[in-house]
Amino acid sequence: MIALITSILAITLRAGTSLIYATIGEIYTERSGILNLGLEGMMLLGAVSAFATVYYTGSLLLALLVAALTGMILSALHAFLSITMRANQVVSGLSITLFGSGFASFLGQRLGPASNGHYLIGLVGKKFTPFDIPGLSKIPVLGAVFSQDILTYIVFLIIPVAWFYMYKTKNGLNLRAVGESPQTADAMGINIAKTRYIYTILGGTLVALGGAHLSLSYAPGWTDNITGGRGWIVIALVIFSMWNPSRAIWGALLFGGINAIQFRLQATGTTISAPLLNMLPYLVTIIVLVLMTWVETLNKKVGAPAALAVPYMRGEK
Amino acid sequence: MHIVFEKRNSVSRKAILLVPTVSFLVSLILTGILLIIFKTNPFTTYSSMFIGAFGSWTNFTETLVKAIPLMLTGVGVGLAFKLRFWNIGAEGQLVFGGVAATWVALFWSPFLPSWLVLPTALVMGSLAGGLWAGIPAVLKVGLKVDETLVSLMLNYVAILLAQGLYYGAWIDPKGMGFPGTKLFPKAAWLPRFSGRAHIGLFIALILGVIMWLVLNRTRWGFEIKMVGQNPRAARVMGVKIGKSIITAILISGAFSGLAGSFEVTAISHRLQQGLSLGYGYTAIIVAWMAQLNPIASLFVAVLMAGLLVGGDQVQMMMGLPSAMGIVLEGMILFPMLAGSLFTDYRLKFITKSRSREAAV
Repeated sequence: MIALITSILAITLRAGTSLIYATIGEIYTERSGILNLGLEGMMLLGAVSAFATVYYTGSLLLALLVAALTGMILSALHAFLSITMRANQVVSGLSITLFGSGFASFLGQRLGPASNGHYLIGLVGKKFTPFDIPGLSKIPVLGAVFSQDILTYIVFLIIPVAWFYMYKTKNGLNLRAVGESPQTADAMGINIAKTRYIYTILGGTLVALGGAHLSLSYAPGWTDNITGGRGWIVIALVIFSMWNPSRAIWGALLFGGINAIQFRLQATGTTISAPLLNMLPYLVTIIVLVLMTWVETLNKKVGAPAALAVPYMRGEK
Repeated sequence: MHIVFEKRNSVSRKAILLVPTVSFLVSLILTGILLIIFKTNPFTTYSSMFIGAFGSWTNFTETLVKAIPLMLTGVGVGLAFKLRFWNIGAEGQLVFGGVAATWVALFWSPFLPSWLVLPTALVMGSLAGGLWAGIPAVLKVGLKVDETLVSLMLNYVAILLAQGLYYGAWIDPKGMGFPGTKLFPKAAWLPRFSGRAHIGLFIALILGVIMWLVLNRTRWGFEIKMVGQNPRAARVMGVKIGKSIITAILISGAFSGLAGSFEVTAISHRLQQGLSLGYGYTAIIVAWMAQLNPIASLFVAVLMAGLLVGGDQVQMMMGLPSAMGIVLEGMILFPMLAGSLFTDYRLKFITKSRSREAAV
């Protein structure tokens, strides 16, 4: 029983890691007032570019860098359309997702070696492997936390850093001001467009790294639609976390946990049909969303930044 | 001298036609550059895509086969977007509609007169699509739950539900384990007029025109537009916003549901893998490129269908990934979005002295 719980906890953390990267990224983007619905596309392109890089170079570090760069380019495009061109942010994000998923599957059929018909599908590359932290990994059950790969350990660091930066530094204060009331922030002398560009691109970088985690660690390799809607689940997780990085972990653990239970049940053989089991994360997302919105209405407290998805133009309301 | 943007009072007419056309050309150029990077000649690729999609009557009927669901989902999604209701669940609404039509075709047909089987299947499919879209609509109106996420999550649920049925409860017992239901009785087949192109085309065209008339010539249509553009004014004028949103989204979903019913009754004649081909997502591109105009959506749907068929063609002929067509489509929206600045705003060049005035 202990072994079972330990293994579920280990898989939960592994499955939750990519979600946490992306959730924190999107929290930062949305806090600046920019809604990016392109997550699914950015994660997919992050995943495919990371895997292609590691396959050809064997360097995991380079793979992460390439994924980060991919995320930067795509989110810079979203920032340009929503900030400079004042385009509709919902549609701009959707376009990134539509383009990203199409382009990722194009690359997956094109970037591979000729011996594999130019396909990336079915190839094996280097991957991140878990290693134990001496001593700590021997603790019963909780030891699972200290027997992960480096990407998960980094997450343990990112969460407090992201929280501290947002709530305890001047930059974090400015960021929140821009998302809450750009008029006031502008009057305070903060450059609205520049702030939004920075955090949209920072957010996109983390999101793409979340995608890279999938193809380098969680499910090493490339398959079409490797994200399976995680990019969308993350947008719900941002709402679930009330735009607070320190709460990003709970949602990620919840969904990581669902993945882990699916994994266990499918491995042991169950009478519940697979499609029904696979519906679980999507149904839970809807339920979580409804509950969160309901709680917010009851408390008369809105967690979303007031200027979210509203383009800013000086002197225009 | 510097440049400022001035909001236009009305959307520029010239830009309405110009922006989508230029966007399409830009997308061709960007994808062309991509093709050159992958050591492929863009001109031969595009010409074989064009021939593949429009080069002969047979090819064109295949384009029509894909255009029909795109027309219906495009018009449906466009209606929702007019309300600023981001229904991105057309894929799920299409699949759920297909499931409902299958249910009628397989299990109701023994109890219905044969002439009634097909109409019932189509009506039930549309109702089911509407119902599926109704879930995010009711949650949005009642509890202010974000409709984007709910409608999208329901895509996965509908696809998995369909899978559960054709792999499980509804699997053809004589199908030797092949995932799919048994073939529909002939009474539930929607007639084809050429190749696989079916009479759903005419229904889709008529519905698109009706939607245009309703939006532009009726009070309800006027209210819908007002709710989308200026909900405050709409409320003042006594429009029941919640009610108009729910009604419009039910109709929006019904369009996609009908598209799904056509797919099973006219194309596959059974429920099986391949009902969800992404039409519901391409519908977003169709609706936006048509600037939410239902009649324009009908034409854009044919163009987008052509890109999809052309993409399949270059895969067969040149060994390029079929996702080629989807990449082209995905690129169209970026210049479109950038261009929308010019339809809604006017560029104004101001000299130094005048700009100081403007700042005051």
